[in-house]
Amino acid sequence: MASEVSHSSSGAAGFTPAEPRGAWGARRSAPKLSERWDLEGLDVDEMIVNMGPQHPSTHGVLRLELKTDGEIVKAVRLHIGYLHRCFEKHCENVDYPGVIPYTDRLDYVASMGCSLGYALAVEKLLGIECPPYVNVVRVIMAELQRIASHCVAVGTYGMDLGAFTPFLHLLRDREKILDLFEWTCGARLLYNYNWIGGVSHDVPEGFARACRNMLREFEAMTHPELVELLIGNKIFVKRTAEVGVCSPELAISYDLTGPNLRGSGLPRDLRKDHPYSGYEQYDFAVPVGTGQYGPVGSCFDRNWVRVVEMSESAKILHQALDKLEQLEKTDVHEKVPKRVKPPKGDVYFRSEAPRGQLGYYVVSDGGVNPYRVKVKSPCFTAMSVFHVLSRGMYIADIIALIGSLDVVLGEIDR
Amino acid sequence: MFEEKAVDPWAVVKPEAIAEVATFCKGEPALGFDNLMCLSVVDYPKETPPRLEVVYHLYSYSHDHTFVLKVHLPREDPRVPSVEHTWGVANWHEREAFDLFGVVFEGHSDLRRILLPDDWQGHPLRKDWVDPDFYNGMRVKPTPQMAERYAAGEVIGVGPFEFTPPNLPIEER
Repeated sequence: MASEVSHSSSGAAGFTPAEPRGAWGARRSAPKLSERWDLEGLDVDEMIVNMGPQHPSTHGVLRLELKTDGEIVKAVRLHIGYLHRCFEKHCENVDYPGVIPYTDRLDYVASMGCSLGYALAVEKLLGIECPPYVNVVRVIMAELQRIASHCVAVGTYGMDLGAFTPFLHLLRDREKILDLFEWTCGARLLYNYNWIGGVSHDVPEGFARACRNMLREFEAMTHPELVELLIGNKIFVKRTAEVGVCSPELAISYDLTGPNLRGSGLPRDLRKDHPYSGYEQYDFAVPVGTGQYGPVGSCFDRNWVRVVEMSESAKILHQALDKLEQLEKTDVHEKVPKRVKPPKGDVYFRSEAPRGQLGYYVVSDGGVNPYRVKVKSPCFTAMSVFHVLSRGMYIADIIALIGSLDVVLGEIDR
Repeated sequence: MFEEKAVDPWAVVKPEAIAEVATFCKGEPALGFDNLMCLSVVDYPKETPPRLEVVYHLYSYSHDHTFVLKVHLPREDPRVPSVEHTWGVANWHEREAFDLFGVVFEGHSDLRRILLPDDWQGHPLRKDWVDPDFYNGMRVKPTPQMAERYAAGEVIGVGPFEFTPPNLPIEER
């Protein structure tokens, strides 16, 4: 049937292309299933099962090919790139401030963290030091975003494993944080807030009070509720506690960062190790996976780290809000350069985004556009260890593993 | 050549030596670079000689220090040994570099495209990349003639696809 359609047919509009086309059936040079898998060598019980890209619990458009023996997964092949938007190519064609809206779209669940990393990288290239007031505002926004992002991560993780109610409770609180963002800069998801050398809008009058109100409810209600409803649930513990165990060596070799690394028991956090934006002034703890229900580094531990991190972020927020009220208000656009034209050179800057270390490698040739921007996305590296962790698992545990790594496909595919 | 501002200490390594240097950097206790933070490629077509630069950002969790390795490759047929066996994460980073820049990593276990479709032609992050007019025989860029005909009100299809709106009654489809 396909071979009957030839390029000489007039088509819907009588349009003939200038270049000849190949035969319709022979166009695609994509490898066939038999080239990717040894189909002849498959056991009678083995099957190749396709999962995604529209599977609800692959957190976006991730496609997995599973070689299964009954319910056991013997091998996994990952296919990413369904959301590729040529971020790095776009960056070369816009000026430095023009990249910021694109960075928001990398990790659309935690946009503040992405744009903060880029702004800090370019500031390092330019040699700009932000005023303390701007730093405090940035920290407040980054930590609010961390809570909001972990709310989605933990909530959807519960939903993946069959618990629907905690998701609603957490989204309720995320909604309050998004309201605060909307009040500040007008946007609810993609903010364009962290500019090079400053932020786009100062926090409005009464922001600290509204933020404290939100935190009070979050700390008194949502967080204990979450721990009681979801984390302490026997079914949840059984589904996650001994699944997807990642040793610290494996985590470092595959560059797992953020909550995924801390879940393996290593207390490494860039906000502590290499503080930026004045994080050294705040008193907070770095939670690690303790293995309270099984081996250290399991899905439970990674998720538990996120849960504790939410309350640690709330701790930072209380201190930052106190600082915000004590500090004298300065113009948040004071250090924003009129024309961003960094000297020749390159810089690699990493910051602690909610999903791990987000690195920007920015190369400047002295022009107004960046010569090259490379993003080291934490989700990309977290996904690259997937084939190791998932070996020998049940199919149902694959869902638990994807959710515990907390990937956002917008950042993987860029 | 760019007067590169040394933010991190860096060194240029010969392409054929990179796998050994990587193993040494990881294995030597005083260095202890157990983590590859980032692997990126930068294209410099206007330098003499034109080159692709593969940049390895290393980090040591035990000593908390960083180092940068750079490898200069020719733009035609760039080949460099893979460091996948030293740092597991290099597997995907190298696939991405192959996909977007066409750098071939020798000894890589599974060097396929990762972000772009398998049937994509060319390596788009190179500086001399020109957007293709066709993808798999389908025109993806409108020609000036097409734009004129479109302005005149003609409906322009995409060749063999025949699009019928789904809400029409069956006899009109």
